[in-house]
Amino acid sequence: MARLTEFQSKELLRSSGILTPKGAVGATPEACGEIAAQLGGTVVVKAQIGATNRAEIGAVRVVSSAREAATAAREMFEATEAAQILVEERIKVAAEYYVGIVMDDRERCPVLLASASGGSGIEQRESTIHRISLDVLADVSPKQFLAFTIAAGLPEDASLVLERLWRLARRSDARSAEINPLARSENGQLIALDCRISIDDYSVFRHPEFGIDFARETAAPPTELDHIAWKLESDDYRGTFFFLQLPRQHEGWPLIGFHGCGGGGAIAALDALSRAELEAADFVDTSGNPPASKVYRATRIILSQPGITGYFLCGSGMASQDQADLARALVKAFREENLEIPAVLRLGGNGEDRAAIIMQRYAAGAGAAIETYQKEHSTEFCVSRLRHLVEANKQTPHRPNLGSAGEMRAQPPAAYSFETRTGQIHYEHALCKLCESKACIAACQPDILKLVDDLPVLAISAADAKRGRCTECLACEEECWNQGNHGATIDFPIAGLLAYRKEHASSS
Amino acid sequence: MPVLVDPSKRVLVQGITGREGRLRTRYMLDYGTRVVAGCAPERGGQEVFGVPVFADVATALQAAGPFDISVIFVPGPAAKSAAMEAIDSGIPLIVLIADRMPLYDVLEICAAAKRAGISVLGPNTAGVVVPDQAVVGLVGGSAKSARGWLHPGPAGVISRSGGMGVAAAYELGRCGIGVSALVHVGGDAIIGMRMHEIACLFQNDPDTRVIALVGEIGTSQEEQVAELMKAGKITKPVVAHIGGRSAQSGIRYSHAGAIVERGLGTYAGKKQAIESAGGVVVGTFPEFSKAVQRFL
Repeated sequence: MARLTEFQSKELLRSSGILTPKGAVGATPEACGEIAAQLGGTVVVKAQIGATNRAEIGAVRVVSSAREAATAAREMFEATEAAQILVEERIKVAAEYYVGIVMDDRERCPVLLASASGGSGIEQRESTIHRISLDVLADVSPKQFLAFTIAAGLPEDASLVLERLWRLARRSDARSAEINPLARSENGQLIALDCRISIDDYSVFRHPEFGIDFARETAAPPTELDHIAWKLESDDYRGTFFFLQLPRQHEGWPLIGFHGCGGGGAIAALDALSRAELEAADFVDTSGNPPASKVYRATRIILSQPGITGYFLCGSGMASQDQADLARALVKAFREENLEIPAVLRLGGNGEDRAAIIMQRYAAGAGAAIETYQKEHSTEFCVSRLRHLVEANKQTPHRPNLGSAGEMRAQPPAAYSFETRTGQIHYEHALCKLCESKACIAACQPDILKLVDDLPVLAISAADAKRGRCTECLACEEECWNQGNHGATIDFPIAGLLAYRKEHASSS
Repeated sequence: MPVLVDPSKRVLVQGITGREGRLRTRYMLDYGTRVVAGCAPERGGQEVFGVPVFADVATALQAAGPFDISVIFVPGPAAKSAAMEAIDSGIPLIVLIADRMPLYDVLEICAAAKRAGISVLGPNTAGVVVPDQAVVGLVGGSAKSARGWLHPGPAGVISRSGGMGVAAAYELGRCGIGVSALVHVGGDAIIGMRMHEIACLFQNDPDTRVIALVGEIGTSQEEQVAELMKAGKITKPVVAHIGGRSAQSGIRYSHAGAIVERGLGTYAGKKQAIESAGGVVVGTFPEFSKAVQRFL
């Protein structure tokens, strides 16, 4: 996530000339023991996790030998999700201050915060925090920092720390950077004992040096499935696919695979689910006009969660993106999944009539109860239908299909194949030959197919198709399955998904 | 005088030759917006649906100005320089469509606009529409869908979500109420014009009799509207729907602004703020129109 670890944050502080305790991170208890041995004497062992109450949960401990450090580290690796543990020298503290940079959405500028009463529980001492707005277009002078430092009741030498912290935040595109406590050690140094820096999610691309592999603000560390989804989002800039697995809040409630379209509509749908005592397994937003291929992959990822007992797609009901794209994506994913749990889909907005036809065509022959609604039906109504269907369904909860769909397959023999931006399309001409409809040609939205010898082929170069002229709308496959001879198949692989499904099938 | 846009306003489209710029120019023209010029580097001299294209804002201004509004369809990382160009040229209202804009780019745009006395709507906004008069941005989809979905009336809609804003306007129209304007302020945490500033525009707009807020968790925008209500600066009735009652703290729900942090921006806090200022907060979306109707 875009929050840096304490150690990463401290490295940034050091590179900006702010003092931090001597220390290093270890990835094993043994490595942590060695670091402690090198430091000598009393050390602090700190799990590198996002929680703010580390001391309370035993994720920060003071120990006095290398062996104790290794033991403490082992316990922390077991008890927390920490991948790294920081071991650093213990600083004897004479006074504790708080300094930070956060964003003020009212003033639309960064603000500098400082309190002479730092340390844990600063949130409860809000009244001690002094604040001043920073101008992003002007250089803030050392004099201004000094005046603020004095006004906030901090020692004068803290002024330089504040100035350096601001420059560092700016340079790193940080949306927040806080040092708490900034300590006066017994030997008179100002030293940052703990630090949290969070990089703006939308600026992460400018900072490969941070190695951020998941640019989303979350409360818990990202799951394996979150990572698979993030990879998909970061590899395909067309439209948004926002995916987060949510921590379970109500054990007794039926678990729903949730698919929101549009951020606001998705939040409102989540509220409606909760009012009906249905628990969303995830929070998803596909919007901003993504290609059908991206929505298909999103659906596959949502359906990779074992134990869900229903599927709910819902947007604001007034989407400007073509709802038929969504419908084709859902149908392909449901068909490949052989979906057995009920699904309620609120496909409202442009192209909603066509979308409803596509869904109903599939639903008529499907094993599961699938209901499609349009903008006239409220989110609340759709949720009540879902609740009803989930209760009426006597089937077992969802088990992700372990077949090869969603993998890139070897080219079928005797198939005409071409590559798209993110996948491959195959037309098995032996089947196409016997097809009377040739529905794929008319269905193709970008109009890039033609018939040669009565068989579908590209009317453009293969290179152009791969460059994006094929918009991955899925229409050729969809129409081929309805009117044709099932000669068209499309592969849109998702890296790591099948392995994930297999692993989680055996463990559940 | 309608809020922010009307058919007399002269509109510049920056990034007019891109896929979105082209598509939305078509839509704005069809709906009745007076698009008078476009910009695109190295495309000067071309035309898009009869609209002349210039290489930069300064050239466009000289040849086809003045402009009342610039709507920017340039994508995220490049949007800052486009916005700065418009600010430097003194165009009084900038509508910034780009999403996923880097934070400090937005902060710089806001600071520069404030200094120059220029209003910015967005980033990550779908824009603004005054039904049957003019649209700037993409709210409403196509001219055909916008005409079918949006109808004039006395409710001024302010939304932090593009889709939910249209949904609210659609519902209000379906119930025979209609909207004076629909303004999408954008889903980011740091934005130009915020809800309370738009609310002041509706307060002064004779066509608006009720202010409808489509809010959500995160930021302090709904709270600021409540503050103005308490201060007597907003006296028209306010009806709000706030998304995120079931949201968990510390999680960003897709929109950059939809996150509860440090206990701020919660559903409960916003509901309390608006209700204590005399506003109505509806529990579910379908109740929205009924609540608005009570004030008419």
